[in-house]
Amino acid sequence: MQTIQDAFAAALHLMITLNAGLIEIVLLSLRVSLTAVLCAALIGLPLGAALALFQFPGRRFAAILLSSLMGMPPVVVGLIVYLLLSRSGPLGVFGLLFSPTAMILAQIVIVTPIIAALTRQLVEDLWIEYREQLQSLGCGPRRAIATLLWDGRFSLMTALLAGFGRASAEVGAVMIVGGNIDHVTRMMTTAIALETSKGDLALALGLGIILIVLSLGVNGAAFVIRDLTGRHP
Amino acid sequence: MTALGKERDGASILPLRLEGVSYAAGGEMRIAEIDIELAAGPRTIILGPNGAGKSLLLRLCHGLIQPTAGRVRWRGSPGPALRRRQAMVFQRPIMLRRSAAGNIGFALKLRGLGRSERRERIAEVLRRTGLSALAHQPARVLSGGEQQRLALARAWALEPEVLFLDEPTASLDPAATRAVEELVQSIHRSGTKIVMTTHDLGQARRLADQILFLNHGRLVEAGPAAPFFAGPATPEAAAFLKGELTW
Repeated sequence: MQTIQDAFAAALHLMITLNAGLIEIVLLSLRVSLTAVLCAALIGLPLGAALALFQFPGRRFAAILLSSLMGMPPVVVGLIVYLLLSRSGPLGVFGLLFSPTAMILAQIVIVTPIIAALTRQLVEDLWIEYREQLQSLGCGPRRAIATLLWDGRFSLMTALLAGFGRASAEVGAVMIVGGNIDHVTRMMTTAIALETSKGDLALALGLGIILIVLSLGVNGAAFVIRDLTGRHP
Repeated sequence: MTALGKERDGASILPLRLEGVSYAAGGEMRIAEIDIELAAGPRTIILGPNGAGKSLLLRLCHGLIQPTAGRVRWRGSPGPALRRRQAMVFQRPIMLRRSAAGNIGFALKLRGLGRSERRERIAEVLRRTGLSALAHQPARVLSGGEQQRLALARAWALEPEVLFLDEPTASLDPAATRAVEELVQSIHRSGTKIVMTTHDLGQARRLADQILFLNHGRLVEAGPAAPFFAGPATPEAAAFLKGELTW
């Protein structure tokens, strides 16, 4: 068993020498989470805005459901996506289980409610302020959604970052649907879990440090965005 | 530059007729059975104390809310074309999070104007409202007076046949109020029908050709401004003019 100091030294060595195995895992993690956030944004932004603008039966229920889904445990999402993608599942024919695509799908399911719920709240507040002016200018609903999303862009960036933070940190879903296969579906979080249980703390710590730096970066970006929002009140 | 206010095609949408228009909310009658006709030309000022229903009446005219009884009738067939001939300026200017020029451009784009025509019209209307130097400033960091002038510029750029103004100077200082009033006069001179609410008697005297005096949601008095101020026909209007009307 290594001492913690040894593990730190080894981790730093891996990072400084840009160890191929470590880089591969980091790049795959970024690819999966960024793709998932992009797809979730394409679904969640208009969905959240539409929920804010349109009146329909069950609208309140939809808003509550969306908020509840924000806190859905990733392992449960992983299980559901696993069942959908497994050979006997409805999407089994595509053979996606244990692939990066499966992990992207699972993370889309996790992140979309976060982005949609935050978007709905933000757009609803903006709509209260803008509604009469936009109606007066003859702005139709579709155009109104685009306008509100654009005007809320700085705050919405925070929602996207929250989604990315959640996607990059979760382990349960990608573990189940990805399988943590070396060189194929090994992500930062799943690798940390595995390497820690094997006692190889160097790689686990190296990845852990990178995850923390990423998380700090995300929060730093959120602060910068808040400043920008202050300058464009 | 196209001459603002001179380009409208097709038949006029005026006069606007309100026939027995009422508006109730929360079990309370806010506007009660109003019958008026607003013709092209004279500046119409809707006057009355706070809570009289002035803003509601304006919103009913502009179609932002629907009457719970009665009808709002414009000349010509109803449809989106009607909305395109009107504009409204609100008490608190609502600015999008983009530049001053971008705010005007947004409104013009909704009307389907091409890029070069938009650019021309933005420049012209900013010049007329004295805002050219602020064209590229974010609209929401402008002062209250500048934002209201920008709101007027945005409305003017649309070359409306009717411009509704809801207490546009209520939260402005005297200098900014004067600037807004001058702009309203200019827009009127360019051929746009002005329909404006105010509770400010001085402002009503300066701007009104025609007065609609409202109290408790009812149209108490309507007619030319000069006789109204010289000798109101109703005790309520007389009390309001003396500053004695309570609500």
